[in-house]
Amino acid sequence: MSGTRVFASVVAALVVAGAVAAFAVAWRPAIAAIDPPAPQSFDTALVKRGRELAAIGNCSTCHTLGGGKDFAGGFPVPTPFGTIYSSNITPDAETGIGRWPEAAFRRAMRSGVARDGQHLYPTFPYDHFTYVSDEDDRALYAFLMTRQPVHAAARGNQLPFPLDQRVVIAGWKLLFLRHGTYQPDPTRNAEWNRGAYLVEGLAHCGACHTPRNALGAERASASFAGGEADNWSAYAINAQSPAPVPWTADALFGYLRHGWDGDHGTARGPMAEVVSNLSEVPDSDVRAIVTYMAGVFGAPAEDRKRRGEEVLAQARSSPAPASPTTTEGASIYAAACAGCHETSRPLPYGGVNLVLSTALSSPDARNAANIVLSGVRPVEGERSPIMPGFAASMSDKQIAALLNYLRSRFGKQPEWAGVEKTIADARRTQTVFLQTSVGPENAPADANQRDKP
Amino acid sequence: MNGPVMIDRRRVLAGTGALVVSFSLPDAFAQDQAAPVAKPPGSLAAAPYLDSWIRIDADGAITVFTGKAELGQGFKTAFQQIAAEELDVPFASLKVITADTSRTANEGYTSGSHSVQDSGTAIQYAAAQVRALLVAEAARRLDLPPENFHTENAAVIAPDGQRLSYGDLVAGDMLHVQAQPAAQLKDPATFKVMGQPVPRVDIPAKVTGGAAYVQDMRLQGMVHARVVRPPSYGAQLTACDISAVEKMPGVVKVVRDGNFLAVVAKKEFQAIKAMAVLSTAAKWKETPSLPKQDDLLHMLLSLPSQDKTILQQGNAPATGQKTLEATYTRPYQSHGSIGPSCAVAQLTDGTMTVWTHTQGVYPDRQGIAEMLRVPQASVRCIHVEGSGCYGHNGADDAAADAALIARELPGMPVRVQWMREQEHAWEPYGPAMVTKLKASLDGNGAISDWHFEVWSNTHSMRPGGAGSMLAAQHMSNPFTVPAPKPIPLPEGGGDRNAIPIYKFPNAQVVHHFIPAMPVRISSMRALGAYHNVFSIESFMNELAEAAGADPVEFRLKHLEDPRGREVIEKAAQAFGWHKGQKAPPNRGYGFAFARYKNLAAYCAIASEVEVNRDTGRPRLVRAVAAVDSGQVVNPDGLINQIEGAILQSMSWTLYEAVTFDDTRITSIDWQTYPILRFNAVPDSVEVHIINRPGKPFLGSGETGQGPAAASIANAIANATGKRLRDLPLTRKKIKNAIDA
Amino acid sequence: MTTLKVNGRDHQVDAEPDTPLLYVLRDDLALNAAKFGCGLGQCGACTVIVDGKAVLSCVTPLLLVEGKPVTTLEGLGSIETPAPIQRAFTEEQAAQCGYCIAGMMMRAQALLQKNAKPTDDEIRAELAPHLCRCGTHMRILRAVHRAAHLMRSADASTVQRSAQ
Repeated sequence: MSGTRVFASVVAALVVAGAVAAFAVAWRPAIAAIDPPAPQSFDTALVKRGRELAAIGNCSTCHTLGGGKDFAGGFPVPTPFGTIYSSNITPDAETGIGRWPEAAFRRAMRSGVARDGQHLYPTFPYDHFTYVSDEDDRALYAFLMTRQPVHAAARGNQLPFPLDQRVVIAGWKLLFLRHGTYQPDPTRNAEWNRGAYLVEGLAHCGACHTPRNALGAERASASFAGGEADNWSAYAINAQSPAPVPWTADALFGYLRHGWDGDHGTARGPMAEVVSNLSEVPDSDVRAIVTYMAGVFGAPAEDRKRRGEEVLAQARSSPAPASPTTTEGASIYAAACAGCHETSRPLPYGGVNLVLSTALSSPDARNAANIVLSGVRPVEGERSPIMPGFAASMSDKQIAALLNYLRSRFGKQPEWAGVEKTIADARRTQTVFLQTSVGPENAPADANQRDKP
Repeated sequence: MNGPVMIDRRRVLAGTGALVVSFSLPDAFAQDQAAPVAKPPGSLAAAPYLDSWIRIDADGAITVFTGKAELGQGFKTAFQQIAAEELDVPFASLKVITADTSRTANEGYTSGSHSVQDSGTAIQYAAAQVRALLVAEAARRLDLPPENFHTENAAVIAPDGQRLSYGDLVAGDMLHVQAQPAAQLKDPATFKVMGQPVPRVDIPAKVTGGAAYVQDMRLQGMVHARVVRPPSYGAQLTACDISAVEKMPGVVKVVRDGNFLAVVAKKEFQAIKAMAVLSTAAKWKETPSLPKQDDLLHMLLSLPSQDKTILQQGNAPATGQKTLEATYTRPYQSHGSIGPSCAVAQLTDGTMTVWTHTQGVYPDRQGIAEMLRVPQASVRCIHVEGSGCYGHNGADDAAADAALIARELPGMPVRVQWMREQEHAWEPYGPAMVTKLKASLDGNGAISDWHFEVWSNTHSMRPGGAGSMLAAQHMSNPFTVPAPKPIPLPEGGGDRNAIPIYKFPNAQVVHHFIPAMPVRISSMRALGAYHNVFSIESFMNELAEAAGADPVEFRLKHLEDPRGREVIEKAAQAFGWHKGQKAPPNRGYGFAFARYKNLAAYCAIASEVEVNRDTGRPRLVRAVAAVDSGQVVNPDGLINQIEGAILQSMSWTLYEAVTFDDTRITSIDWQTYPILRFNAVPDSVEVHIINRPGKPFLGSGETGQGPAAASIANAIANATGKRLRDLPLTRKKIKNAIDA
Repeated sequence: MTTLKVNGRDHQVDAEPDTPLLYVLRDDLALNAAKFGCGLGQCGACTVIVDGKAVLSCVTPLLLVEGKPVTTLEGLGSIETPAPIQRAFTEEQAAQCGYCIAGMMMRAQALLQKNAKPTDDEIRAELAPHLCRCGTHMRILRAVHRAAHLMRSADASTVQRSAQ
């Protein structure tokens, strides 16, 4: 989709919607500012609950700039419309939310409106956070108001006119915001409902894993059919999952809990931070998320199940003896990759057997390109996987040869188109080097993680 | 003894007889120059002939011999400084030869921070006596009294200005005399090169790609070997079809001797590939034998132990008003040498020469000779630098591997290089330890009684004896692992620094020596002192807090040793420590002090740590240390060692624990045994030296690790209000403590 | 036979294409600086410069570097004529055992070739792949800053000379 066409259609749609919405939605009253509440005034149990909820919500990931202070904002989120910078949500009185009463915070979560009545850009995913209950909003508020205040003024968003006029958001909201807390499904059990509440709400999985329309809203009819974040492809996590071995509830639980699963690989890119944040959260919440998601991706169809078993059998057998390597990609693989990816050392510290790799069977080559370029960096002082990056030693052509070979030999899928451009873009974007999490990135959640296998 | 000492060669030969007496450390350093000593100091006691240490050729070339090894501490440079100073020769004109069983004295191991104390002292005294001998010879030739001669620039200058070079003066075996117990040492006020920050002699080659390490050796016809080690302790090789490996490109030989399995190839990468194939072909029977990694405390306390009370003073029952108890634990920790162990061996004409980075060429030779069942005289071990070893790492084992393989390929130099995983899995670790402390405070806030118990394995399983080496344990007709023995006090092993330097009215210290070693262990830098000082100095802070006292003041209250007091005061002052101070939010201040072994160098460290309350992540912001190592030989070298000690100890203390399941070691590379990286390096580290000109040298290579650990732990406690006692003090543990 | 351009000279190397560059340098070309520390890309001791970029030579097979210029520490200077980075590390005495140092220096050299005035944070981030067990980190950082200064002064004096 060309930039100008998108731009034009966006402007057109929003002007229309904006006009309609103008009197209904556009104007929101300001809520009076308060004196910043004393941190001691918040109940410690509530703050603790708020911390867990903030971990589920991944607040720190967007609201902390690498090397910057926690929750002080300034993190750039690239969108098709321009770059939007996250805001300072520390309790600083001038530049943060120190003067926000709880009601203002709740309104921001529920409806995407700031204390002063301004609409917030939906890069802040209030289309999900609207589901969060009042009680949980209270806990989140308590958590945020007890963080270290940081004086850091908001960075100006880089949006073209008229998108930089917040009133146009009103139109967007009219079209796409289904506002209101989560309503449990009485036909489902408590764990499923909790999972739905978390996934559709705070965890906002769809914000990355659901494709978006031209106006940047999630396509409700294609829930979890795949999206993107930070130039990483966020795989489809519904029945269209490209994973060679279909996911099960147990596998997903292990993956979310520990950062890796023996049949799939390790969490990389933005998912590494999600997993790291989830390590703060009770097992029961992770279980609930898994229960709900198991319903989303469902049991695999027979032929997919069979293919998965074949793949597993292949992964578990000894690697085939090195065949004469005639193509450049094959030679590169044998020389640079097989040494770690074809040993008997199991995950997470041995390289994943590439027949299991979703990156190679996904229709999108970005993740494979990202990993090959930048590898996997260690977590400070904690047992964690390390993979060297090949950005410096391989040219784009060499990586393309390698990826095409991997796609064909392991992904067993038709060739990707435009691989060299994907690689060049990945190299330039260098998003893999952005450090955003306050906590360790790429971490197996359990610091006592032993090599279980 | 301040007057000139006349050395009459004839009289020495005729009268004094053997000066070889058992070497006793306390005497060597506890007395300074003024007091008379009965035997020559340092390593001279065991190797008294001057020409064991100094050789002067007719052309004037001077060689200094030391039985110690350069481990990266800068000893070669330091010894060169000492010799140059006492001999009065230009620094650059000297050559230093290090540990070689064919050329240097037997100085045992380069360990325990003894090198400058023992070898340095020996060189110092030997050089001074050689100089005196040369002066005496010049005087004899010119038939003048020696008093008005002086030495300068490798020559003796007569009163009339006549210059006799050392090369001219040396004749026959003039230096083959035994050392005297005393010597006229130079007045420190006149030092030209000792005490100066002379640049290290080995660094230029290291920064320009010169050959500097045993790993760089390339001998004519050298072949490359790789060992296939068993997957776990006690694993038995049940089958191994070597036919495929033997056919691989470049393979020269496959060596199989019991459970010892190795492959040799012409090129290094060929050897690595062959090793991988051989590893797959080898079938092992394994036996679960490892303890529970998460329960080392109970494991250590339940193993049989030999219990010894090593300090008992006062006997009044506890009359304190407040009693505190605490238990501290340390896991197994790894040396983690950056360069995995390596050795080259060659069997020529019945002599097995081994080039190795062992810390002890003589004991290694003895072990290898025993393993090969040959006389010791037919084995020669030559020390060549490896990467830092920090104690007993895989060096000796690699030497044994190389010798065993070289025996199968007579005439061929065989290079054995350990892989990273092998170094991590098979090196002998620093032992896990437990300490239990109990103390009471009296009405004046002073400690009235002190009770300290430590449980530990031996801290030395070094060769002597083939049974200490893996190749000998794994071969058919294996050698058994020798029975572990505690290192006697005052050095100590698990009880090193267990006796506090503070003075308490009542004190008892008990050492529970545990012989059983379910995990392979041996000496790791500072030995038991790391954990004992960590425990004592953490506990001192806990007591100070209970007494409502400032931690620095509290220590001074209980410390008499004036040099210790000065080191404490210096560190505190340089840090900006003051009573009642309050750290910025999320930060804390810590302090710790110890005298290594209670007889080597003193070190005090003040530190500032920041703790992220959301993640628990600790960050050392800055550290300020003060050190007293007696007469300083090379101040820059000393600072380098203390800076290094602080950073190394920080890594041990915050990150490191060996991991294992019931059968195998699982921390086998840097993924699974993470150490310090640049993202956690502090903002600044300052080291202040208190120089003691004329005082004996005090070993300083291991003096910083214990205080650094406790200083950081105390700072974390100060920052978070929570006390952590189980090493390592990980992010997760700190976070759990904060959240609790 | 492969042609490999190392330190400005062409070499004929008889090694399999899958041989890691580290072993080609050390064994075929007898160059000492790049070290074997882990062979797994985890410690940085093997770092050399390929086509202006720092690479871990232990995980870089020969076939990837054919046709690309390789620079090792030996190629930067000698004891008699040290490069700024070598002078800086010597002047700061930035080594204890020294085993990790060659790798550190090559990484720093590559950085300084792109960024003449790196901040402390930038240097620390750049050196993240490198381990030093002796704890020489503080001196290494100082040495890199010093090298940057030496390189800038050298440039300045060159400019001055050419301006005259």
